[in-house]
Amino acid sequence: MHRGKGMKFVGDSRVPADRKPNIPKDYSEFPGKTEAFWPNFLLKEWLVGAVFLIGYLCLTVAHPAPLERVADPTDSGYIPLPDWYFLFLYQLLKYEFASSDFTVIGAVIIPGLAFGALLLAPWLDKGPERRASRRPIASGLMIFGIISTVYLTWESVDHHDWEAAAEQGEMLDEEEEEALEDVDTNAEGYEIYTDQGCISCHGDQLQGTGAAGPSLYDTQYDADMIQEIAVEGIGEMPADQFDGSDEELEVLAEFVSNGGNPGNGGGDSGSEEESEEESSGDNNEENAE
Amino acid sequence: MLQRVYEWVDERLDITPMWRDIADHEVPEHVNPAHHFSAFVYCFGGLTFFITVIQILSGMFLTMYYVPDIVNAYESVRYLQGDVAYGTIVRGMHHWGASLVIVMIFLHTLRVFFTGAYKRPRELNWVVGVLIFFVMLGLGFTGYLLPWDMKAYFATVVGLQIAESVPLVGTLSKTLLSGDPEIIGAQTLTRFFAIHVFFLPGALLGLLAAHFIMIRRQGISGPL
Repeated sequence: MHRGKGMKFVGDSRVPADRKPNIPKDYSEFPGKTEAFWPNFLLKEWLVGAVFLIGYLCLTVAHPAPLERVADPTDSGYIPLPDWYFLFLYQLLKYEFASSDFTVIGAVIIPGLAFGALLLAPWLDKGPERRASRRPIASGLMIFGIISTVYLTWESVDHHDWEAAAEQGEMLDEEEEEALEDVDTNAEGYEIYTDQGCISCHGDQLQGTGAAGPSLYDTQYDADMIQEIAVEGIGEMPADQFDGSDEELEVLAEFVSNGGNPGNGGGDSGSEEESEEESSGDNNEENAE
Repeated sequence: MLQRVYEWVDERLDITPMWRDIADHEVPEHVNPAHHFSAFVYCFGGLTFFITVIQILSGMFLTMYYVPDIVNAYESVRYLQGDVAYGTIVRGMHHWGASLVIVMIFLHTLRVFFTGAYKRPRELNWVVGVLIFFVMLGLGFTGYLLPWDMKAYFATVVGLQIAESVPLVGTLSKTLLSGDPEIIGAQTLTRFFAIHVFFLPGALLGLLAAHFIMIRRQGISGPL
């Protein structure tokens, strides 16, 4: 029974009735310098595997798996990024011809054609020729596919703001976490903070949302300055964000400058001087009262 | 002693043919790096399988600590990473293995493509191989959400948006994956966990078995 070109290099492993004893086929039946898979070749493979494993472990030790802060679905300012092997698709969907009205092209047609062609390659390239150089169309399309994928991945990596990404995902340290719990969400100031939309850029706990708005805890501005910023904007923050009354503005500014607390109670809960465990512990208790 | 145990089993189950199918065959010269150094390109498939085994093992250990719900998922990963002995190594291997396996399967695909090994009579094995590639990408996508940190969550939001943009079946497939047409939350995490730990690995093992049986059946393609 003939089963294709490769068959003459590797034996048919089915065992006929008359060859029941475990005697390997004579090596002379194979052309070239063949080697028994078990155990000779497997030991060499094992060696390659061991070398690979060492490199793999070095990588693991040198770069522990990353972990950002816990998922916060309300954080609308977060710039998302998929794992690197999906970046080509992510980047493709940013181009005009493949986004918004044409999303179907970027999300379905182009990847569908590429992966469909990959899946059906044996039927698209039916000729008997195996050498890559003798089937230029198939090889050319594959090389084009590789180059496009690499290019798109490269562009995506290049466009991404890695510093902002590292900052926006950073885990909160203990001090900040404690401060988070300090925010008095029942305060009048918090209500204004929510109503005026500050919350969408600066977060529900004044923690900031990375790229869109900075944290307001350890803000170095005093209440007067905060009033001014809320009205006139600063840096990337546009003007006229606040449209309430002057009294509300005052309450809001007081609230923010006190690290999410009304009045003078908890004061500078986020400031550096109180980073020692004891004092911040005391501070917490004070706030609770 | 071992020989006698083997013979005892063999007498009843006739395992010698199985043994011959698995291990007793010749490795031809043109794929053996000991004879032609350039034949190292034939290692990529084996290394893909090697990393897959590591992924399965490390994943089994990860599930000893991981809790698939939105309240505890993140904390359990953080605990595993920070407080469990060698937890950071196990998670690190699973994390980096996920990337390495994609690299290796990509290189393996290119080797098979450029040596024309997918041609008659090996078309079916190529198709199974590409399906394994898709399953691997699916494992990468579903596994990315499980730590439930910021990048995990928002990458999944984007991924599901892409799934949703598919005409006709878009919303259906998104609902199937995330458990709700709108919300990406508790249900999404448990579904991704189930897909990542049960559905896709099951499919993967079946496809791998088919892949290997076909290789043994057809042998490695000859030299160019």
